[in-house]
Amino acid sequence: MQLAKVIGDVVVTRKDDTLTGITLLVLQPIGADGSNAGRTLVAVDAVGAGVGETVFFVRGKEASFPFYPTEVPADAGIVGIVDHWDVE
Amino acid sequence: MQIARVIGTVVSTQKHPKFEGAKLLLVQPVTIDDTPRGTPLLAIDSVGAGVREKVLIVLEGRAAGEALGRKAAPVDAAIVGIIDSVDIQE
Repeated sequence: MQLAKVIGDVVVTRKDDTLTGITLLVLQPIGADGSNAGRTLVAVDAVGAGVGETVFFVRGKEASFPFYPTEVPADAGIVGIVDHWDVE
Repeated sequence: MQIARVIGTVVSTQKHPKFEGAKLLLVQPVTIDDTPRGTPLLAIDSVGAGVREKVLIVLEGRAAGEALGRKAAPVDAAIVGIIDSVDIQE
């Protein structure tokens, strides 16, 4: 999983049927110091995250597991909202 | 698998139910000579690792889910061992 900041959302009208009702959010992955790390991406949301929140997301087919038994064609999914993190 | 160092902890209240009770640690992948490599990741801890320890991580969904002991868990990284030593012969 990776930390990311939710920086936006995506509206898609014409899409795969299984994506109906699923929120798509734009993520900016961040490093342990909170700075941007890598390219932005679009992820499906399984936890009700919103813009401005720090989240963690999973990559790969596991992104679709929260929507089981629907097989959502996603390769990144938000699976938790971060309250805080500590680096030592 | 990869070698990483545990650099921190993450607290999350609102998360997918499959994460309930799981410990989330921030790990920094390192090279064989202990140089940080890439972006820090979040991994499920299944072995009781702590901050500053060198650990063995899996970066694949099925393996990570097995480490967590839950089927179909939306995870892609898990700590599966605490490294005592790495001995490179050549």
